[in-house]
Amino acid sequence: MSIVLAAAAAGLFGCGTFLLLQRQLTRILIGLALLSHGANLFIVLAAGGRGDPTFAGGDDAASLLDPLPQAFVLTAIVITFGVTSFLLALAYRSWRLTGDDEVQDDIEDRLIASRWTAAEELADAELADAEHDAAHAGHRRDDRGAHAGGEPRHVDEDDR
Amino acid sequence: MNRLLALPIALPLAAAAMSILCGRWRAAQRVIGLVTLTSLVAVSAAVLIHVDTEGPLASQAGGWEAPLGITLVADRLAAIMLVLSLVMLLAVLVYAIGQGEAERDHVGFHPVYLTLAAGVSGAFLTGDMFNLFVSFEVMLTSSYVLLTLGGRRDQVRTGMTYVVVSLVASALFLTVLGFVYASTGTVNLADLSGRFAELPAATRQALALLVLVVFGIKAAVFPLFFWLPDSYPTAPMAVTAVFAGLLTKVGVYAIIRTQTVLLPADDRPGTLLLVVAGATMLIGVLGAIAQNDIKRILSFHIVSQIGYMVMGLGFFTVAGLAGALLYIVHHIIVKTTLFLTGGLVERLAGTGHLDRLGGLVRTAPLVAVLFLIPALSLAGIPPLSGFVAKLALVDAGVSTQEWAIVAVSLLVSLLTVFSMTKIWAGAFWGEVEASDGGRRLPVLMVAPTAVLTALGLAVALFAGPLYGLSERAADDLLDSTAYVQAVLGG
Repeated sequence: MSIVLAAAAAGLFGCGTFLLLQRQLTRILIGLALLSHGANLFIVLAAGGRGDPTFAGGDDAASLLDPLPQAFVLTAIVITFGVTSFLLALAYRSWRLTGDDEVQDDIEDRLIASRWTAAEELADAELADAEHDAAHAGHRRDDRGAHAGGEPRHVDEDDR
Repeated sequence: MNRLLALPIALPLAAAAMSILCGRWRAAQRVIGLVTLTSLVAVSAAVLIHVDTEGPLASQAGGWEAPLGITLVADRLAAIMLVLSLVMLLAVLVYAIGQGEAERDHVGFHPVYLTLAAGVSGAFLTGDMFNLFVSFEVMLTSSYVLLTLGGRRDQVRTGMTYVVVSLVASALFLTVLGFVYASTGTVNLADLSGRFAELPAATRQALALLVLVVFGIKAAVFPLFFWLPDSYPTAPMAVTAVFAGLLTKVGVYAIIRTQTVLLPADDRPGTLLLVVAGATMLIGVLGAIAQNDIKRILSFHIVSQIGYMVMGLGFFTVAGLAGALLYIVHHIIVKTTLFLTGGLVERLAGTGHLDRLGGLVRTAPLVAVLFLIPALSLAGIPPLSGFVAKLALVDAGVSTQEWAIVAVSLLVSLLTVFSMTKIWAGAFWGEVEASDGGRRLPVLMVAPTAVLTALGLAVALFAGPLYGLSERAADDLLDSTAYVQAVLGG
């Protein structure tokens, strides 16, 4: 086991995790790539120490390198490549649609979380509105202009 | 016979390639998809019957000996899951063809759908952890594409969360594979069951826990479920139905498989699993109650139901595992049906939002029946399949005297009824809402839904033989000698 390689794997995991916690998809993407590089390096390390090349290294089985982890890593690299390109396409699509590649919150979830507070706020707003109207009612009696001025505001609120 | 084991993986992949070549002719793509899945249902049924009478089947790809080569193995559990998932895939494909939307508009739907089938079959049949990883990736990559097919704004948003969470889980899986290989020098499950016993207890438990976390993300158990209710609802209904029925259950399958094969009997994390199961059930159902959209309610219920399956595993007794298996069978059928019915409602009314639905029991009585039966079954009302499955689980809990989890599971059943009544009252009762009404439902959408509803009833009707089969499968799981022998020989 090489200390340098182990430290490199640890560094990749660390940087990957940091980037993963950002909100831009491109950064997350790089984070994921680093994370899987770290994992791949780690599997290579899991194969044990150095040895002779597997298929051309001679007949002594004990001195040969274990080829299985390298087969794993090759497969994993191909998979990561495919998925990374998919994510890039997704980030591009997001940029086309929203002008940004930021990962957004779940709107429906927010809506449900805020439903009760929203209902209370609405009730409060209506109450304030009624008081407002009552205050204006006095003016309206002497001045018709103020009444006409108040009209569009009500239309706005109905639309909302 | 064991040559057949490669078919459920190879055939859909070949068919997917054919399907791409026929991209211009939707009719040809449909024929390819339907023929492939129908023949695979037959193949998998043959495998199930063979495995149930003669014991586990194993096949070594390319003739490489077991610990080194790619092993395909089918025992009762794998065969049951294979048959069920292929039946679901077939039914939903028919539904998707009837529905039109994604299937009609995108060349890629059929090839990707078939690749998904290959991935799911691969995950059930593989005999080593690395190919489990590969199968998961095949399945998940297909699911990314299906989820974002259409590229709408909300799909892209939820697709991001889903893809990123899945990828983190995959990177973790890869790391765990590194740990496992470093400590045992093999990834073959049968070989691992022997090697794990030789490891120091602490190493063994740490590895098993890591494996549990990885598959816990995929199965959406309690602290790791957050991605599911967000991402599933935006896909086309047929796609969501397949995801709901199959994907998380592949994760549950992997949890059951690894926790039983890898760990010796006295080392299994029973209490931990029971705590996780209880929390999953409760949080899932509470989340469902808060929602206001059919798809979202049903998505939260998936989480809640996963808890029941993990609960059965947590007992680590034959009765518990048999109950869990019966529950999985019931759940896959019923959940898929519910999502398909949800799709019918959306097609009729143009929305799945409960505030804008109402009176469907008068305008569409057939849809109401197709919803009511699986909904009551999900809640566990006798004599439907959910009742049978929950009874088996509760019975197992009582016999191991785990009173707390039994109480939680009964409470959650009650809350499930509550949230199902919410859909019922919101969508089916009440005033008839103004909609563009009078839309006819395509026969190809209604027929698969009806067939699956009937299948759900059949589970209740043939609960005895099914429970017997589950019990035999559970026996296999707790004593993996036959499995190990079939793979390693000797």
